[in-house]
Amino acid sequence: MKAASFTYSRPASLAEALALVAEDGPDTRVIAGGQSLVPMMAMRLARPARLVDIGRLDEIRGIECAGREVRIGAGTTQAEAERSPDIARAVPLLATALPLVGHIQTRNRGTVGGSIAHGDPTAEILLAAVALDARVTLASEGASRCLPVRDCALGPMQTALEDDEILTEVSFPTPPGDLSVGAAVEEVSVRAGDFALLAAAAEVGLDADGVCRHLHLAVGGACPVPVRASPCEEALLGTQPDGRALEEAAHLVAPLLDPEDDVQASARYRRRVAPGLLARALATALDRAADGRNAMEAR
Amino acid sequence: MTVPVAFTLNGQPVSGSVEPRVTLVDFLRDHMRLTGTHTGCEHGVCGACSVLLDGVPVRSCLVFAVQVSGQSVVTVEGLREEGGAPGVIQDSFQETHALQCGYCTPGMLIAAHGLLAHTPDPSRADIREAIAGTLCRCTGYVQIVEAIERAAARLRQQPGESDGA
Repeated sequence: MKAASFTYSRPASLAEALALVAEDGPDTRVIAGGQSLVPMMAMRLARPARLVDIGRLDEIRGIECAGREVRIGAGTTQAEAERSPDIARAVPLLATALPLVGHIQTRNRGTVGGSIAHGDPTAEILLAAVALDARVTLASEGASRCLPVRDCALGPMQTALEDDEILTEVSFPTPPGDLSVGAAVEEVSVRAGDFALLAAAAEVGLDADGVCRHLHLAVGGACPVPVRASPCEEALLGTQPDGRALEEAAHLVAPLLDPEDDVQASARYRRRVAPGLLARALATALDRAADGRNAMEAR
Repeated sequence: MTVPVAFTLNGQPVSGSVEPRVTLVDFLRDHMRLTGTHTGCEHGVCGACSVLLDGVPVRSCLVFAVQVSGQSVVTVEGLREEGGAPGVIQDSFQETHALQCGYCTPGMLIAAHGLLAHTPDPSRADIREAIAGTLCRCTGYVQIVEAIERAAARLRQQPGESDGA
C-alpha cells in the first residue's frame, strides 16, 4: 500500500503548472487535494511518473457570485464550499450535496474541481453539476475552453480533459430569484460517508401559486456518468406535482439507466431502486420548496 | 531521489529529506519517531492516521510529506498539556472508557479537536458526524460520543483555553 516512485513539482503559478503539464506526457498527473488520486497510487491503480501539485495555488481558489452564476475555483476545498454562505444561498443543490462527500477529513483536503476531474460516476459533486448544467473551464498553455460538465464527464474516471489541460473553475447557475427553491440529495450506501451505490438529486422551484417552474433532476451510479432525468422534468414543469404524479414522473427515468453489476450491487438492483430514490429526492425537495413558499407568504 | 521538506510539527520547526512517495504518516512515524499517529488502512478509509493540518483534520496517509512544506501539523502528541499531562479531551476519553485497543484513538482525538475548535456545544449528531470518518472496532462508539460531550462541557467552562492544539 505504498505509492510507486515519482517526481514532485509544486509550481508557484497556474501558468507554470500549465507549462509543466504541456511539456510532459500522460505520465504526469495533476494533484490538488489528492483524496482520490493518492488512494489509487497507494493501490498502484495509478503510477504517475510526476505529480504537479496545484493544491495551494490561490489563483484557482475562491467562490465568486457573478450575476446568475456562482463560480468556484477548482482548487476550493469541499469543506470551504460547504461552509460558504454564497453557495448555501445561490446553489442549494450543491450545498445539500457537499456534506455527503466522503468525511470531514477528506473534505478538508478534497477539492470541488478535483472531484469533477476524477469523474467517479457516483460522486455527489459531479451529480449536482450534471443536474444543474454546470460548466467547467479547462485551461491549457495560452488557451482555455469552457464546456458543459456533461461534455466533460465521458465515463467512469474518464473526462474530456487533455493531458495538457487543467480544470480551473466550475460554474454553477443559480435558480431564478422569484421562486421558492428546495433541494435534496438521496443516496444508498452501505454506511454513511461510503461511496454511494446510487444517488439522486433534485432542485425544485415553485412560483407563488405552487406551480413548478424550475426543475433539475439527476441520477448517479446507474450509468457510466450521472444522467440528467430530462423526461421527468418535462412531465412536471408547469404542474403542481403531488405524490402520485411524482412517482409516475420519477419512473420516466428508467429507459435512461444503464447500470452495471459490481461487488456491491447488481444492475437489476440499481435499475429497480433508482426511480424510487429519485422520487424520494423529488418529494423532499418539493417539501422544502413548499416550506419556503409558506414562509414567504407568512412574511 | 529525495527532496527537502520543512514544516511546523507540534509547534516546533522540523525539516528532513524524503522521497516524494513517502506519506505524511510514514514521515511522522519513521523519520520523526512520533508513533502516536497510527497507520491503518493506508488508503484513506479508517481515519487512524488523522492529524491536524493548518488546524483542520486530514488523513495523513493521503498527504505526501513533501506537500506540507511551510504548513503546520499537529499530531496526537501535540494535544498534551504543557508538561505532558493529558489534555481535557484525552482525560474525558479515559474517564468514559472511550478506548479499548486504542488503535483508532489518535484519530478520534484529532477528530474531536477538529469539531470542538469551531463547535463548542455540539449535538450528538454533530459528534457522530465528526467521528464518522474514523473506524472503531471495539467500543461501539457510544463511549466515544460521551467522551466528546463531556470534554465539550468542560472546555466551555474554561473560556480562552485551547486545550493544547
